[in-house]
Amino acid sequence: MRVALFVTCVNDALYPATGVAVVRLLERLGVDVDFPAGQSCCGQPQYNTGYRYETEPLLRRTAAAFAGYPYVVTPSGSCAAMLREHYPRIGRRAAAEGRGSELAELADALAPRVYELTEFLVDVLGVTDVGAYFPHTVTYHPSCHGLRSLRLGDRPRRLLAAVKGLDLVELPQAEECCGFGGTFAVKNPDVSAAMGADKLRHARATGAEVLCGADNSCLTHLGGMLRRQDAPLRTLHIAEILAATQEEPAR
Amino acid sequence: MTTKDRILGRIRRAVGDARPPAAAEGGIARDYLLQHGHRTPAERVDLLAAHLAEYRARVHRADPDGLPALLGRLLAEPGARTVVVPPGLPEWWLSGTDVTRVRDEASTTAHELDRVDSVVTGCALAVAETGTLVLDGSPDQGRRRITLVPDHHVCVVRVPDQVVDSVPQALPLLDPARPLTWISGPSATSDIELDRVEGVHGPRTLDVVLLGPE
Amino acid sequence: MTTDGRGRGGGRAFLGMPRARVGGGGRAAGEDRAAGDGRAAGDGRVAGRARAGGEDPAAFPPFPEAARAAVRDERLRANLRHATSTIRDKRARAVGELADWDRLRAAGKAVKDHTLRHLDHYLLQLEEAVTAAGGTVHWAADAAEACRVVTALVRATGEREVVKVKSMATQEIGLDEALEAAGVAAYETDLAELIVQLGRDRPSHILVPAIHRNRAEIRDLFRTEMGRWGRPAPADLDDTPAALAEAARLHLREKFLRAKVGISGANFMVAETGTLVVVESEGNGRMCLTLPETLISVVGIEKVVPTFRDLEIFLQTLPRSSTAERMNPYTTMWTGTTDGDGPSAFHLVLLDNGRTDTLADEVGRQALRCIRCSACLNVCPVYERAGGHAYGSVYPGPIGAVLTPQLRGTDSGIDASLPFASTLCGACYDVCPVAIDIPEVLVHLRERIVQGGPVTRGGVRVRIRPARGHAAERAAVRAARRLLDRPGALRAGERLLARARRLGFRPHRLPGPGRAWTETRDLPGAPAEPFRDWWARERGG
Repeated sequence: MRVALFVTCVNDALYPATGVAVVRLLERLGVDVDFPAGQSCCGQPQYNTGYRYETEPLLRRTAAAFAGYPYVVTPSGSCAAMLREHYPRIGRRAAAEGRGSELAELADALAPRVYELTEFLVDVLGVTDVGAYFPHTVTYHPSCHGLRSLRLGDRPRRLLAAVKGLDLVELPQAEECCGFGGTFAVKNPDVSAAMGADKLRHARATGAEVLCGADNSCLTHLGGMLRRQDAPLRTLHIAEILAATQEEPAR
Repeated sequence: MTTKDRILGRIRRAVGDARPPAAAEGGIARDYLLQHGHRTPAERVDLLAAHLAEYRARVHRADPDGLPALLGRLLAEPGARTVVVPPGLPEWWLSGTDVTRVRDEASTTAHELDRVDSVVTGCALAVAETGTLVLDGSPDQGRRRITLVPDHHVCVVRVPDQVVDSVPQALPLLDPARPLTWISGPSATSDIELDRVEGVHGPRTLDVVLLGPE
Repeated sequence: MTTDGRGRGGGRAFLGMPRARVGGGGRAAGEDRAAGDGRAAGDGRVAGRARAGGEDPAAFPPFPEAARAAVRDERLRANLRHATSTIRDKRARAVGELADWDRLRAAGKAVKDHTLRHLDHYLLQLEEAVTAAGGTVHWAADAAEACRVVTALVRATGEREVVKVKSMATQEIGLDEALEAAGVAAYETDLAELIVQLGRDRPSHILVPAIHRNRAEIRDLFRTEMGRWGRPAPADLDDTPAALAEAARLHLREKFLRAKVGISGANFMVAETGTLVVVESEGNGRMCLTLPETLISVVGIEKVVPTFRDLEIFLQTLPRSSTAERMNPYTTMWTGTTDGDGPSAFHLVLLDNGRTDTLADEVGRQALRCIRCSACLNVCPVYERAGGHAYGSVYPGPIGAVLTPQLRGTDSGIDASLPFASTLCGACYDVCPVAIDIPEVLVHLRERIVQGGPVTRGGVRVRIRPARGHAAERAAVRAARRLLDRPGALRAGERLLARARRLGFRPHRLPGPGRAWTETRDLPGAPAEPFRDWWARERGG
């Protein structure tokens, strides 16, 4: 099976370890991974801040980069939601504005082939035990896009629960937003920080060593706050846990 | 141009091609349930009783023989001296009490009603799923104000005939041309620190009598 | 379900919020902007000054500024957290009881969309039915006109006071201030509205407007203020909710019993029958709708539904979404006037005030489906921390963030900041009983602000220019797009970042807009190499 990895710009530039983990994990499961070099940013921050027109060239670029791949897998719920939900919407808006159906056709051709990582593992590969080993206490924060846009449900938790050595503890009020919200974090810094502080309070109360998520953008916000707290808790992307084995432990 | 014309013009420009709805368009997909679960008449009455009680109404059961005595007791317990009676209330319902009856006349003022202790009425129907009584101003229920100003309302529901399962079953039985009052428990507020208090402006005590067949 | 433990949500009419006696904001088209000194107070309360004709947006600071004060108010935060989490959990249980919730939600959305699509038709049908049933229908294009109509109607009765049941529409238009200016005292009768009115305060929640006040404050307010408005509070008044409710009952009863004019809003208007519906909890609604001789209802034009049967949807979804009850204590339905029962004169004032402008926006018009349940407030993490006052309008929370900038436009600082007052987490959309995709509308309104575009104002289609405040951001986004659209350039940038890190460049604090990030968070450390370099090296891609 051949899949294209959409690593996302955040992971490419700041969290290459997450991208590497996805490659190792998928290859271990017998998947042939390709990384189309034409990919860039999906345009989510721009779109969500109101710059729809600035997003359109990125839609074209992304659609072209992944043309022809039956599966496009990404370790980011919010970027998956961008491609699946907002790209078609951008296409429809352009058509409604009398600018033709090109964007809509590109978006509609791409959207159904896009999978968030845990969704791809559970729904397409049909696995929950990926043969990982991670001897730590972990709590999972389901980011908003994964929870409410993609409806990932308990897929990430099922994957984590099957990891050898891993002790999964429930995060209180897990479904509440962490306060990142893209440019919200800088446009409304006080509310954002208050939400992040509450999320971390809940996470620390679990006693877990690792706060795991499926979206590094949320983890950047939470991890950045955690480092100021000098807490015995660190953030880690779920791909890095699922890729970890006894021979090749996670960072 | 009148304001009405201006607003209608704005609407028509806003929606593009204004036209009356086609008959087919009125067909909203109503695939929701018309009732939640199937019940025997007795189960329906039990559910009504449970939901009324949960909403802090006091629920009683009686057959026709026992009704006058029960109503007499319900009026005596809070020490009612006067009771307002709608014009069409069956005479025999209050044959077991000597509390002074006040007839509601068109000239009866709100201040006069405020001095009355209790009111006894029938109802148009009751909804089991929501624990609701509906009054429609029929002669055994009277004007809306008589069930509002006195502090104690006793409402008699003929069961099982007057009980429906659900809101969708209730509406077709009601005449929108009549003033309708839906009552689910006594007046309540949670405005202060979300602490619930029964009875602010409406009757603080709601007694519901489920009047069964002999 | 327990019998005793449930404590039913907030007991009240949900159709609207009380207006603060002093406090308002609103649509400013062509009206004087004199009043308004509202700023975020240290305690998170905004004391804006209201004026007849609507709320003045200029009276409120932008959202982030007001929220900054609110976030630091520990008591407000605690009250809000308690209130929202309590109602949130109860709502989930009440909704969970109905296996067909999703279908009811879809049907509610469909009915509202259908009605909006043919709004002209249904309003005319409504007018005909109300008139046939003995009522009189008036039309008001904006707040000022609505206030003029109502003031004239009250004056014609010769009365100097009116009792009001909670109505967001009348607060939106600043009706109480208009009546006051005309020498008419308007008494708010909902318990929370009374608290807000006596305190010259502003409401902070749709359902629990005085949620920012605790019992001791309310007792003090009742002791000092009730006597100025009518029957004083008992001298030995304590601060138990039961005692406070009893004081309100006695204080307001004398007003109910003598009132000749009542003013209300409505939750629904049925076009085919001319029936109006008010959903409430305390009984003050029944008092206002039943005892006076004249009833004046001010209702937004979007509140119409086609048929009496349509109520079977909303009477199931509204109470469960709002107070988390199977059914609220009291619902009143009336059609025109009825001989011998209730008011002998009924006036319906149909209010536009920005609604037709909202209807003209294909994405934004879904906000007109709103039935004012407040479920979106109770699940919103931003509302929970910022409080209702920060939204600078009668409509707080997520629905306010999409409704207010459409009803009032985005000229003011507060209105232009509201669409950004959300993380787009989507919790509001999930619970909305008429499926308003609030995040979608927020993003759409952000676009109008940062990029400009076509809008309708006062019935006229105009093109607004991009907001000046976003010029630097616009330039940055444009530059970023050029970078992101050329992977070669992107790769060079990523390598530069990695090299800077190797040279020890790891700033703890950033200047400019980045400061808002580093104020409370560290920046992520740049990796030794970007992923694409690893790929090229390891997989030869």
